[in-house]
Amino acid sequence: MSADWPILSFTTWLPIIGGAVLLAMGDKSNNASRWLALATAILTFLISLGLYTGFDTSTAQMQFVERTPWIPLFNVEYYLGVDGISMPLIILTTFITIFVVIAGWEVIQYKPAMYMAAFLIMEGVMVGVFSALDAMLFYVFWEAMLIPMFLIIGIWGGPNRVYATIKFFLYTFFGSVFMLVALIYMYFKSGSMEILAFHDLKLGLAEQILIFVAFLAAFAVKVPMWPVHTWLPDAHVEAPTGGSVILAAIMLKIGGYGFLRFSMPITPDASQHLDWLIILMSLIAVVYIGFVALVQQDMKKLIAYSSIAHMGFVTLGFFIVFRIAANADAAAGGLLGLEGGMVQMVSHGFISGALFLCVGVLYDRVHSRQIADYGGVIHTMPVFGAFMVFFAMSNAGLPGTSGFVGEFMVILASFRADFWFAFLAATTLILGAAYSLWMVKRVVFGEVGNDKVRALQDINTREFVVLGSLAIAVLVLGLWPAPLVEVMDASLVKLLEHVAVSKL
Amino acid sequence: MEKIYLAIAFTPLIGAIIAGFAGARIGRAGAHWVTSVGVGISALLSIYVLLGFISGDRQTFNGTVYHWMVSDGITFEVGFLVDTLTALMMSVVTFVSLCVHVYTIGYMSHDEENWPGGSLAGTNSYQRFFSYISLFTFSMLMLVMSNNFLQLFFGWEAVGLVSYLLIGFWSVRESAIFANLKAFLVNRVGDFGFLLGIAAVAMYFNSISYVDVFAKAPELADTQIQICGVSLSLMSVICILLFIGAMGKSAQVPLHVWLPDSMEGPTPISALIHAATMVTAGIFMVARMSPLYELSETALSFVLIIGATTAFFTGLIGIVQNDIKRVVAYSTLSQLGYMTVALGASAYAAGIFHLMTHAFFKALLFLAAGSVIIAMHHDQDIRNMGGLKKYMPITYWTSLIGTLALIGFPGMSGFFSKDSIIEAVHHSSIPGSGYAYLMVILGVFVTALYSFRMFFLVFHGKERMDEHTRHHLQESPRVVTVPLILLAIPSVFIGAMTVGGVVFGDWFQGVIYVAPQHDVVGELAKGYHGVLGFIMHGLFGLPTFLAAAGFGTAYYIYMKNPDIADRIKGSAALLHKLLDKKYFFDELYQFLFAGGSRGLGNALWKGGDRVLIDGMVVNGSARMVGVLAAFIRHLQTGYLYHYAFAMILGLLALLALFVI
Repeated sequence: MSADWPILSFTTWLPIIGGAVLLAMGDKSNNASRWLALATAILTFLISLGLYTGFDTSTAQMQFVERTPWIPLFNVEYYLGVDGISMPLIILTTFITIFVVIAGWEVIQYKPAMYMAAFLIMEGVMVGVFSALDAMLFYVFWEAMLIPMFLIIGIWGGPNRVYATIKFFLYTFFGSVFMLVALIYMYFKSGSMEILAFHDLKLGLAEQILIFVAFLAAFAVKVPMWPVHTWLPDAHVEAPTGGSVILAAIMLKIGGYGFLRFSMPITPDASQHLDWLIILMSLIAVVYIGFVALVQQDMKKLIAYSSIAHMGFVTLGFFIVFRIAANADAAAGGLLGLEGGMVQMVSHGFISGALFLCVGVLYDRVHSRQIADYGGVIHTMPVFGAFMVFFAMSNAGLPGTSGFVGEFMVILASFRADFWFAFLAATTLILGAAYSLWMVKRVVFGEVGNDKVRALQDINTREFVVLGSLAIAVLVLGLWPAPLVEVMDASLVKLLEHVAVSKL
Repeated sequence: MEKIYLAIAFTPLIGAIIAGFAGARIGRAGAHWVTSVGVGISALLSIYVLLGFISGDRQTFNGTVYHWMVSDGITFEVGFLVDTLTALMMSVVTFVSLCVHVYTIGYMSHDEENWPGGSLAGTNSYQRFFSYISLFTFSMLMLVMSNNFLQLFFGWEAVGLVSYLLIGFWSVRESAIFANLKAFLVNRVGDFGFLLGIAAVAMYFNSISYVDVFAKAPELADTQIQICGVSLSLMSVICILLFIGAMGKSAQVPLHVWLPDSMEGPTPISALIHAATMVTAGIFMVARMSPLYELSETALSFVLIIGATTAFFTGLIGIVQNDIKRVVAYSTLSQLGYMTVALGASAYAAGIFHLMTHAFFKALLFLAAGSVIIAMHHDQDIRNMGGLKKYMPITYWTSLIGTLALIGFPGMSGFFSKDSIIEAVHHSSIPGSGYAYLMVILGVFVTALYSFRMFFLVFHGKERMDEHTRHHLQESPRVVTVPLILLAIPSVFIGAMTVGGVVFGDWFQGVIYVAPQHDVVGELAKGYHGVLGFIMHGLFGLPTFLAAAGFGTAYYIYMKNPDIADRIKGSAALLHKLLDKKYFFDELYQFLFAGGSRGLGNALWKGGDRVLIDGMVVNGSARMVGVLAAFIRHLQTGYLYHYAFAMILGLLALLALFVI
């Protein structure tokens, strides 16, 4: 199905153009640039909703396709399209960006126009990553993401931002170089840059393993998977609130998306051969990182580590499909894992974003992220306290919130692969509750810790709108995940069929 | 969908939402009216449904409310299964909840005193409390009305959430927020097993709907699965995993440690959540899953032994406690052990029957304790009480009724339920039933001892409170005493009224399944000839003598000869210490799990992340580049003859390679 008008191009380029206009306006009128940024973000979101309303859930084909030659010499095309895997992630991107803009409203006083521009451009580029169907175009967007994030942390970040930005840049760049080599190799092999053509490209096992490892380097760093995760806590701690939100809510998802769009369909045999590696890394992420999160003293670091543990469920859900297929006792279940991983990505976008915004609310007032600097916040900020408890509970996977859905599905699916996978994954029930609620106990509950807490003002309307909207999203997805699962169903069924067929 | 079921479940939710979000606007009266009326409607409709089942007009209902999602061919839905078991639970839950709502109006009327001055969290705490208890009622109803494992788990965790919020309701108290975190985490340990059990069901049955699972269970009775190379019976694995969840929620040893601490919450919720309803969720769940448990004698034996251990050993702790609420809490643990024993002996009907009678008399005992606490100005130490009988007649008489029901005084409701359990265990042939019988029979003595110890110390003997407190002693207001009376009525009569139908009749026909070789209740029913016969038989039974002995011991020690208690304490110091410290479970867990996981976290963080990954690999590779560069820099000397020399060497090497 092709759209009457190019929704994907609009969703990609409108924020980028908006960002460029903001840059051109400069610091002349900060208020005007804030409103322009908000208008752009909302308009982009509304346009992106067209992807949902016009989406045909019965097919796994690419939809809203736009295709024109770009660099004919190398057969590179401007080729966009979405399926059930990328569409929800695009809407997540446009949805979250609105709140990043609102959250930075009065808080960012230093060059607000540039700040807003960086986030809008970031938004467009990320939508581009999710919708690109040409490998070159994908790679351009992929690398382009680094620039605004580099600037966001480098300009508006904390005191140790230089170390964090360099670490972030080198880590991610290290990963993506290998991916580029793999893409170029496949281009020479197939003569095309079409990602979908790569899916059907015949590849030997040795080739597949090399390509798989190259992709793994790129995606594992992005997710991030243990042991290439140490850039994330540093980046989060130094990033401004908005940067943390985008990083946790959307950028991490690009790694998960990469596994579904590239690794699994292009190298199914290598994925099957090396699934133990990914499962091992995922389970270590859940258990090891869960313990590490428990002892963090800095709220942002704690949430950053919790993100790594939760993303472990995503990769676990994806790669257990091979084990389930091999297990004679399990009639089905692979799809449950894939869908669980996807739901977990969307849900984690809401919850981690909301938690970082909560920390931002406190940081704006007290200028500290240390848990020890708080205590008894509920007595001065009861509304905020309620939100914080709610999001901590959803982070701990409470049924009825979105945090439960993905974990539940992945645990159910991993039981079909191996009892011990499910056993280790289910430890998140205890660990997730322990680190989330222990933080809440020390920050929100108890006696008022100090005079700074005593002087706190409860959240204003702007902050209420931000946290309230995310809370509604968390609840709706938790109480009724069917709409999300339905849109991704056909695409994931096809993916599952595709990876079951050996390329050898 | 029959609308009546929707109304029963969702009216309390609506009340909770209004009181929670519009609490400031509708004020205190608005909040307690909207929630009490909501729960009241729910209670009336539940009883209407129950009467429908009693008269036989109503049939088992199983229907979907909505599809939560469909994935991989499994339908995950929200739906209701209403049969006689559900109807009984719904009625008990909503009735006790209604009593607690009314009681709370009195108990929490001065709640602002519990908050520090200027605390904004304290401004609408009254409304918030009502919102929470209504939300609890909704969650509990969702749990018992569920027709599938997903919604069961939802209700299971939702009651845990409300319990967390209510234990830590006075969030300024360090002990309260320690207790609520502990309760949630210990429950999560149970839920860990529970979720794995659900995952096992989902895998082997490919459905999570009760009806499908129960229908298919006999086919899978002989299935073996491999875990760690060991071949285990699938049914045993599923049932034990699910039961681990029940051990958390229903506070069975060794996951019982959270329940005594949960007494940090306000007394109304101790009655509602931590005595009458939520803690019995595990009992209900196992009874609901009887078609699965009946297929695994291993699991039943496991249940039996855990329950028996809980019943006796936690009761012993009750003897040395001095906090009025903690005595009742240990009594609750012990009684939950009795219910679990019944399940393990396949006497599900007796277990559920005891659940029901216990809900009434234990809620009564808690609310009466709360009434005493109000009169004592929130002093909960029974050593400071005594002689309250003449100041608080209604509280006294209702407490006496509750206590008699608890110790199983012939004719009272607890007598029927406890005797049924003891008799059932006596006849059971499940491995471990001998041990269980010993534990429950000794438990009867212990129960009477700690119950009357507390009763005498509180209501009789010397008045040990200070002058100021004595001066203000008075009976509690009517909103407090009316619920006491309302609960005292079923505490007396419900046992005699229903034992014939619920335990020995066909009330659970087709709802609870018992394998013929386990059917001890069926055996007992053959010898059942009416209530009077049962009483006469019980009157001369061993349990009645033991209860009388317990009463006599308590009377002798605490009324006749008060210094004897101290002498026993002195001569059995070690035993006293063991009981006083609750067998050192808290210390052990604190060290092992709280300390251990923090230590492990620090080790992994500092050793793994910082030293190994960041220190050696990440920053190490940066250093490596630096070192390499420093070395290579020496080659770039800038002297032409060095480069010329290198070129000649290279040429020679290449020549050598090609020529030789």
